[in-house]
Amino acid sequence: MVELKVNGAVRQVDAAPETPLLYVLREDLQLNGAKFGCGLGQCGACTVAIDGAPAFSCLLPVGLLAGREITTVEGLGSPDKPGPLQQAFIDEQAAQCGYCIAGMVMRAHTLLARNPSPTDDEILEHMSPNLCRCGAHMRIVAAIRRASSRKEASRSQRGAL
Amino acid sequence: MRFGHLVTLLIVVALVGFGLTFLQSRPLKPVDPPRRQSFDDAQVRRGATLAAIGDCASCHTAPNGPAYAGGVALETPFGVIHGTNITPDPDTGIGRWSFAAFERAMREGTDQAGNRLYPAFPYNHFAKLTDDDLKALYAFVMTRQPVRAQTPENRLRFPYSIRGLVTFWNWLYLDDKPFKPDPRQSDEWSRGAYLVEALAHCGACHTPRTKWGGENSKARFDGGDAEGWWAPPLNGSTPALEPWDAERLTAYLRSWDDRHGGAVGPMAAVTANLAKAPDADVKAIAVYIASHFGQPDVGKKVRLEVLLSRPEPDLGDDAGLARGRDVFKGVCAQCHETGAQVPFTVQNLAQHTSLFAPTPDNVLRVALHGIRTPAGGFGPIMPGFAGSLTPQQLGDLARYLRARFTDLPPWPDPTAAARRLMNQPEGPAPAPAVAPKAWATAQ
Ligand code: FES
Ligand code: FES
Repeated sequence: MVELKVNGAVRQVDAAPETPLLYVLREDLQLNGAKFGCGLGQCGACTVAIDGAPAFSCLLPVGLLAGREITTVEGLGSPDKPGPLQQAFIDEQAAQCGYCIAGMVMRAHTLLARNPSPTDDEILEHMSPNLCRCGAHMRIVAAIRRASSRKEASRSQRGAL
Repeated sequence: MRFGHLVTLLIVVALVGFGLTFLQSRPLKPVDPPRRQSFDDAQVRRGATLAAIGDCASCHTAPNGPAYAGGVALETPFGVIHGTNITPDPDTGIGRWSFAAFERAMREGTDQAGNRLYPAFPYNHFAKLTDDDLKALYAFVMTRQPVRAQTPENRLRFPYSIRGLVTFWNWLYLDDKPFKPDPRQSDEWSRGAYLVEALAHCGACHTPRTKWGGENSKARFDGGDAEGWWAPPLNGSTPALEPWDAERLTAYLRSWDDRHGGAVGPMAAVTANLAKAPDADVKAIAVYIASHFGQPDVGKKVRLEVLLSRPEPDLGDDAGLARGRDVFKGVCAQCHETGAQVPFTVQNLAQHTSLFAPTPDNVLRVALHGIRTPAGGFGPIMPGFAGSLTPQQLGDLARYLRARFTDLPPWPDPTAAARRLMNQPEGPAPAPAVAPKAWATAQ
């Protein structure tokens, strides 16, 4: 039995301590936002927040996470009530196949929590570990800009990097 | 009495006068910034190559800043010092420097106005450059885009804040005799010696420094410090076991060597530059450095064989090591225990020099911040675990790595080191992109 704190709730999971967090989230907790891309920390599809910092859940055994605060994309809102960052992704239509998006949202979330008005350079720098195979990058950046508290953030600026 | 006062006064006046003449040099006449057309294209190109081998940009280009416009803060034991603007901007750069002024700065460490420069600028090496190479470097810097950027003030502790005192340092450490090839060695070796000693200034980091910040000539290449990273020895005194030869060094210096891995930390910028330098020059550097490593040591060879073939050691009932093993198995093994199946991993971590270092800092820095390749580049990517692992977990991991992959005594307190490093900024540059061609041939 492993105890995990996920999206504010304490969850008991019947999993071996070496099981990657990603598997537990998807298979035991039915939190299917985070995706399996590479399993090697190279793509970011599995990104979640651990105590407010971005982490690759494919490379984190649950046994190492006692007492840590885990946030997944489901923790930011629901399809009926999306959170502001999720709404910004919707408004900018920032997805193609969508496979990378939960990871993108979570990585962006950790940036905005610590720096509500990042510059474009800061956004690119922070987001660089996450890959998007569809090439939705410009819209993803536009969504992050929209969700930021930057004054000039607006749809008309999409792509103007 | 009055006569006594007069003598004292005269002595003081003489000393001050003398002081001004020897703690400073005379200013050199400013010139109009030389025009682009006054330099020959081939010379500018040669200067670009030399500037890359000399790694000028690491200190003179700020991260994400305009090229050569300065502003890089260097932590030294004497305080913080900033790389200067060496673009040809007439007011904030070196636009008004004649070649004579440039040459004096490079050979004597004195700027155009006659002020001493601090030896963080390795003029003790550049003093040995040939006139031709200096001219090419001058042609290169004077044809860069001028950038108006005031170099920030240094923050050096007293008395190091007095530039004139560098005069004494120069007496001790500045050897301005021209470079002399060793007739007993090959031309390639001599070329390497020249590049390493006069231009690439490898000793600036890889030779330990004396109390006064000079390179300790009695301990050449015995290993030193590079912006807080351990710069390993470049000779037989290295604690690491995997042997170096000219071929492996060439591969490493250009990108990646499958027996040792690739450069990280401040060395990454060096290899990124050398990847673009002429083959013959990089090879010459490798030949020269390899000669300092000497022939592979038999004792080390045997120890390495034991490490490479031994099964996982018995951890006894050490709970910390067991926790470290759990971290390793859960977090690292997916890539690092595949027998080099994952690109840019070595067969066995016992081949990495950093595990044999006197402190866990290099290993921890990589574990904390990972290894990045510039966007669009081809090269190693390792995620950093600063946010996801605790200092305790990182410390346990470092202890385990040391016990599992080396035969050296444990590091004193890796957990404290992890805690200290976690609170430090990430530090320099991503690792160099590797040319896919180089990678393919290395396989
Ligand atoms: S699945 Fe975790 S980084 Fe790719
Ligand atoms: S939207 Fe398809 S991978 Fe990013």
